Amino acid sequence: MIKAMLVINNQGKSRLAKFYNYTPVEQQQQLIRSIYSVLCLQPENVSNFIEGGLLLGPDSRLVYKLFATLYFVFVFDNSENELAMFDLIQVYVEILEKCFSNVCELDIVLNYGKMHTILDEMIVGGQVVETNSDIVMKAVEEISKLETTTAAAKLLSKSTSLLWG
Amino acid sequence: MNPFSSGTRLRDMIRSIRACKTAAEERAVVRKECASIRAAISDNDQTFRHRNLAKLMFIHMLGYPTHFGQMECLKLIAAPGFAEKRIGYLGLMLLLDERQEVLMLVTNSLKQDLNQNNQHIVGLALCALGNICSADMARDLAPEVERLLQFRDPNIRKKAALCSIRIIKKVPDLAENFVDPVVSLLKEKHHGVLLTGIQLCTDLCKVNEEAFEYFRKRCTEGLVRSLKDVVNSPYVPEYDISGIADPFLHIRLLRVLRILGHGDADASDCMSDILAQVATKTESNKNAGNAILYECVGTIMSVEDNGGLRVLAINILGRFLSNRDNNIRYVALNMLMKAIAVDAQAVQRHRATIVECVKDLDASIRKRALELVYLLVNESNVKPLTKELIDYLEVSDHGFKGDLTAKICSIVEKFYPDKIWYIDQMLKVLSEAGSYVKAAVWHALIVVITNASNLQGYSVRSLYRAIQISPDQETLIRVAVWCIGEYGDMLVNNIDMLDIEEPITVTESDAVDVVETAIKHHSLDLTTRAMCLIALLKLSSRFPCCSQRIKEIIAQSKGSLLIELQQRSVEFNSIIEKHQNIRSALVERMPVLDEATYNGKRASSAPAAVSASLEFASNLPNGVIAKTDVAPLVDLLDLGGDEPAPPSSSGGNFLLDLIDVDMPPSSSQSVSGTSQPQKSGTDVLLDLLSTWSPPPQKESPTTDIVLLNQDDNTSVNALDSVSSSMVPSGQAKPTGSAMMDLLAEFGPHPETPEDSGPTYPPIVAYESSALTITFNFSKRPGSPQTTDIEALFTNKSSDVYTDFVFQAAVPKFLQLHLEPASSNTLPGSGNGSITQKLHVTNRQHGKKSLVMRIRLSYKLNNKDILEEGQISNFPRDL
Repeated sequence: MIKAMLVINNQGKSRLAKFYNYTPVEQQQQLIRSIYSVLCLQPENVSNFIEGGLLLGPDSRLVYKLFATLYFVFVFDNSENELAMFDLIQVYVEILEKCFSNVCELDIVLNYGKMHTILDEMIVGGQVVETNSDIVMKAVEEISKLETTTAAAKLLSKSTSLLWG
Repeated sequence: MNPFSSGTRLRDMIRSIRACKTAAEERAVVRKECASIRAAISDNDQTFRHRNLAKLMFIHMLGYPTHFGQMECLKLIAAPGFAEKRIGYLGLMLLLDERQEVLMLVTNSLKQDLNQNNQHIVGLALCALGNICSADMARDLAPEVERLLQFRDPNIRKKAALCSIRIIKKVPDLAENFVDPVVSLLKEKHHGVLLTGIQLCTDLCKVNEEAFEYFRKRCTEGLVRSLKDVVNSPYVPEYDISGIADPFLHIRLLRVLRILGHGDADASDCMSDILAQVATKTESNKNAGNAILYECVGTIMSVEDNGGLRVLAINILGRFLSNRDNNIRYVALNMLMKAIAVDAQAVQRHRATIVECVKDLDASIRKRALELVYLLVNESNVKPLTKELIDYLEVSDHGFKGDLTAKICSIVEKFYPDKIWYIDQMLKVLSEAGSYVKAAVWHALIVVITNASNLQGYSVRSLYRAIQISPDQETLIRVAVWCIGEYGDMLVNNIDMLDIEEPITVTESDAVDVVETAIKHHSLDLTTRAMCLIALLKLSSRFPCCSQRIKEIIAQSKGSLLIELQQRSVEFNSIIEKHQNIRSALVERMPVLDEATYNGKRASSAPAAVSASLEFASNLPNGVIAKTDVAPLVDLLDLGGDEPAPPSSSGGNFLLDLIDVDMPPSSSQSVSGTSQPQKSGTDVLLDLLSTWSPPPQKESPTTDIVLLNQDDNTSVNALDSVSSSMVPSGQAKPTGSAMMDLLAEFGPHPETPEDSGPTYPPIVAYESSALTITFNFSKRPGSPQTTDIEALFTNKSSDVYTDFVFQAAVPKFLQLHLEPASSNTLPGSGNGSITQKLHVTNRQHGKKSLVMRIRLSYKLNNKDILEEGQISNFPRDL
């Protein structure tokens, strides 16, 4: 299963962190730091896989891909196909691209709620649930539409209550 | 309340955090935000609850504590609006964890939401449940999830399937409820549902043996058919990943077939056609295609097979190895590592490509390839492979040399066809990467050289040549110096020339030059220099004409700051000057080192620094115990060193042997008899060690010296006289911890029978400029765990200490009881003392030894003084 999905920028700041096994927040930060310290030392033109070893525990490994200033990282165990995980990063980034059109780090920082929504449509409990970007996009759009309508309805009712109250 | 005054918007908070230039600024902003969120929470402010939680999640991501927001998640989840619910569930997944009691409260909300009509709300609830479900929740909500597996909307069905995985992982007993739903999920056409259904099937197989058997019988054919459909289906653009249709579904199908086919010939047979089709038809110019091929190879490797498919699979991996993409090479090497257990012959065919990968630019690939090569080496291919690796050693980068050297040495040692080849290869490695060669490896080389009597001349000449070319490789120098010391005459006189050798002319002074250069080399360490001194001493006897010059070189170390070198220098000098008559006997060639013993020892204590063993007991003067191999003396020195080895039988044997060596013949027959002579023997031994302490890492120097003792009667006498002047080991002997450790090493020795109340020597537990604490030990008969300690405090200074209090603390496995002290005033100048009794119970008796932290407080001229310390030199088996 997938153990964690992380987005870290090239300064070591975490931009998205989702752990599928319970990990206390201190441990999460420590993991992010140590993963970053490994990633930033990776030379170019090397394989995108890193053995977990001491860092993540036995038989877990991570795959990363650097897009502009962001490292996208999946941590997973030996029941997942490494190359498929590599493709999963690609799928995720393609969906982000469709959502934000020309996605940049700022989009990700400001819309991390949406990032989570997309991720939750793709991965549940550490298992891949959907890789079809159209289906994911459709679900995400419906969710945001629902959100804004309920929020608007609430705002409306509030303003009316302010008016009358 | 004015809604516009309550804190900032989420975006503004993110902006202000991003604008912070230092971590301190960021902390300040976060602290302010947290404070206002806390205030809002305590006001029970509903308007901005979800915005506050969104902020908290961002703060959580930055690594700050956010536990105070947990209840807010629950409130939001219970709220009717979708926006609130969404944030609430997001917060639930991020901020809470399955261990918290708060989760119990959420179960009811989840149950309600799972029964909602709005599929998005159901989806949110399922997603949250899939991520954080605990065992209790699993039991409570399993029926809902089971029902949702038949929900009309496929998006819900697939999430419910993954939720079920979490549920059966948490509560494996529930597995059987999901078997039937899975069977219908596997018939689905919707890709997402099929994908998750297969995944659920895989996990059911893992947790439940019956389900596994059931699926194997009922579903294998269906799954094979699904795979066929997927492989042969027309192109589906929605699931396309870089030109390959739905690689994830392929991979999941192959993965479940891997599990079903493993160890079952019928199931394997059923899937072999489609596996062959996938292996041959899948396009391999895209990552996604390679992912499928890679999974297919994995499946072929683990199902039962007639052989044809495996060759196909390993050839795919061979093709991967020459792929330009690093990732592909990386996974191929990983898989080959597993494949080698299945079909080593097929892997061997790709040896050349694998060796090329050892030279890859990517360090992680190099490392893997090297491991694989290591597994591939056998007697028949060792020569070309070693040559290839050693050639590469010259150009490899520093980070990799360590690994590479270790592997080459290991290969050479394991598979060498003849000794001359072994010596040649080791010399190449030593000249190329000597500093990376482990001590055990070059020790083994020396052992081999001493055993190959016809190759000693060849070795010493090759070493002489090698050291001229690489004068800075310390390990090479050590071996060369040792061999020149031993076989210097063979070097000079070209003894035992082999046909393949070119004759060289080396004069006696050339040989001495080598050693002289080495001892004067600024960067070499103590061990090497000590070895040089020994070599010089030996050469002084082998080359009488150079004796005077050698004496001068040795004399230069008389002023060395290193005590070891200084002492050796003085001793050797006096041997050369005053003991001409015994010198040649002293420096005789080393007896042949016993290979079997050495290898056995190395295997048993692989990581420890082991040195060459000696075989000398057979020429003991008394010959009472005809032992052919004696554990090395050096071992004992290791024991006395800074990392005491656990007491082992070889240590015990060795002790006896050594006693035999050192004791006068009259008492040597009483190995297990009267304990007194043994004790004196032990003392001799200990004295021997304490004279040499701190024992530096040295091998041949010490062995030589002990040999020297053995050959030279006078020195044995000297040792005896030392021992007789020593206090017997049962009494106080405040010489420090090294010695006590040693005594403790020999705990299981027959001289201290456990049951009849063993006695332990007192120790000086603590010593400062004025204060000394001595511990006397006694055991109560029948309770080996409890030790009574009598602490004796003495004060050597001229001042009187008043209000003297002694405190002690022990780790958890110990229990400590302190009795009141005899007094709280400690008179000065040592004319009076305080005694205090301590009772320590060691619950890990026999496993751990005592350790204690102490604190002493007293008043000196009305000033409070505090002293602290730790006592760890307790006898071992208290």
